[in-house]
Amino acid sequence: MRTLRNWKAVSAVVALAAVFLAAGCRKAKTDVFPESGMVAGWQKTGDTRTYAAKDLWQYIDGEAEKYISAGVVSASTADYKYQDKLEAIVDVYTMSNAAGAAKLFDANPAKDASRVPLGDAGVAHAQSVSFRKGPYVVRIVAYESAPETQLALMALARAIEAKL
Amino acid sequence: VKHTGVLVRSVEEVMKSRREFLKCAATGAALMGTHSSLGWAEALGPQKRSGRSRVVVARDAGLRVQGSQPDEKGVLALLDKAMAVYTGRDKPVEAWQRMVPRGTVVGLKVNGLGGRGIATHAVLILAICERLQRAGVPAGNIIVWDRNARDLAACGMSINSDGGRVRCYGSDSAGFEDRAVQCGAAQLRLSKILTRDCGMVISVPILKDHNMSGLTFSMKNMYGVVDRPFLLHANNCNPGVADVNALAAVRDKVRFTIGDVLASVYEGGPVFSPEHFWRPNALVVGEDRVAVDCTALDMLDRKRVEEGLPTLKGSGREPKYIATAADAMHKLGTNDPRRIQLMEV
Repeated sequence: MRTLRNWKAVSAVVALAAVFLAAGCRKAKTDVFPESGMVAGWQKTGDTRTYAAKDLWQYIDGEAEKYISAGVVSASTADYKYQDKLEAIVDVYTMSNAAGAAKLFDANPAKDASRVPLGDAGVAHAQSVSFRKGPYVVRIVAYESAPETQLALMALARAIEAKL
Repeated sequence: VKHTGVLVRSVEEVMKSRREFLKCAATGAALMGTHSSLGWAEALGPQKRSGRSRVVVARDAGLRVQGSQPDEKGVLALLDKAMAVYTGRDKPVEAWQRMVPRGTVVGLKVNGLGGRGIATHAVLILAICERLQRAGVPAGNIIVWDRNARDLAACGMSINSDGGRVRCYGSDSAGFEDRAVQCGAAQLRLSKILTRDCGMVISVPILKDHNMSGLTFSMKNMYGVVDRPFLLHANNCNPGVADVNALAAVRDKVRFTIGDVLASVYEGGPVFSPEHFWRPNALVVGEDRVAVDCTALDMLDRKRVEEGLPTLKGSGREPKYIATAADAMHKLGTNDPRRIQLMEV
């Protein structure tokens, strides 16, 4: 009887651990943000900020539900500057799985987007580059438009992709 | 907050003469019907008791942009034009003087939630601060505020609690009331900036498409005065937006909207979406927050159609909270076009 109880307890712990690992324990990749100088011309101008799913409203209130329904685990963000010409923000969303990343990424196809060879799927606009790779969705947005904006964004995106 | 003295420009320079002003207002006005039922505009000037809510849309198609900020003189002139038409006074400073009772602390609730690319513009905030000071409001009696320091930074503002200058801080440092208030089904705590620091508030939102509510402008800006706005997101923020605006402190203290439509996102909001970025170069001002939002909705929908997108209603994101705000329970203003006196200049 006692052996049976122990076995049940062990099984419960193992099951809980499995659920925890599968669903909620995926950690945000905060080390994917290139430091200053790692990508030519780019400087990281602030600390990386990370928000757990439950706190995502603090960062993107109103948008948060869209990410939560797709299974977001966390979001990390950092600011960048390119050669004192343009400023940009990088967001990395860690989803619970690749299907969630695809759901999120495919939700809002914008017209005038051009496909780019990044991760599992990538698109670029004049002032932004987005891609998904496995459970990650990355969006890089420049605040200004300059002749070199898209090339610069692509260089930063490739560096991030390589770290995922 | 920077000292705003450099922005000073005489109203006479801006409007030149009453005759020119009247000509401008008369040729630009597009009356759709309407009323200022809430009383404040009557105190501002000779606005007739027409039973209509006045909303002014002031535009400057030639507004120059330096970096990410529109030209400061141009924005000040646009603000003066909007206020002059709204109040019917050719000297806007006189209108500002009547607007703010002596000794009142005035809060400017700005909106930087969308990040640097789509936040209330600093040049507009500073222009309002400038005009308030010209009207006799001491700098320290003006508080520029939002949810937190990050949102204020997105607007281009820096934190300042020195009472000798325009103050600028977020609810993250001021805190929220300990006692929660009932807001629809939610228990929420109000920012102490609203409840304690400000005698009156001018809502200074920026027009954006919104993933859930459809539109974010004057009324939705008030989600930034409570501690847990996500509790009001159900059912496309309806009746959440109306409920939060109906809270006594919000209803009574938020008396006017100076809406930033200098830039906007017509899709992909509320965050910055450069793919859908647009510069209407306009301000929308009014006392009736429901009528102001109705006007903004029309502007956003027109742009969406122009870009080949369905209207917000057509895309399943009709901001139904606007009608709710006008209903017999909330009574926050009117959404009836016949009762809105729209003046476009």
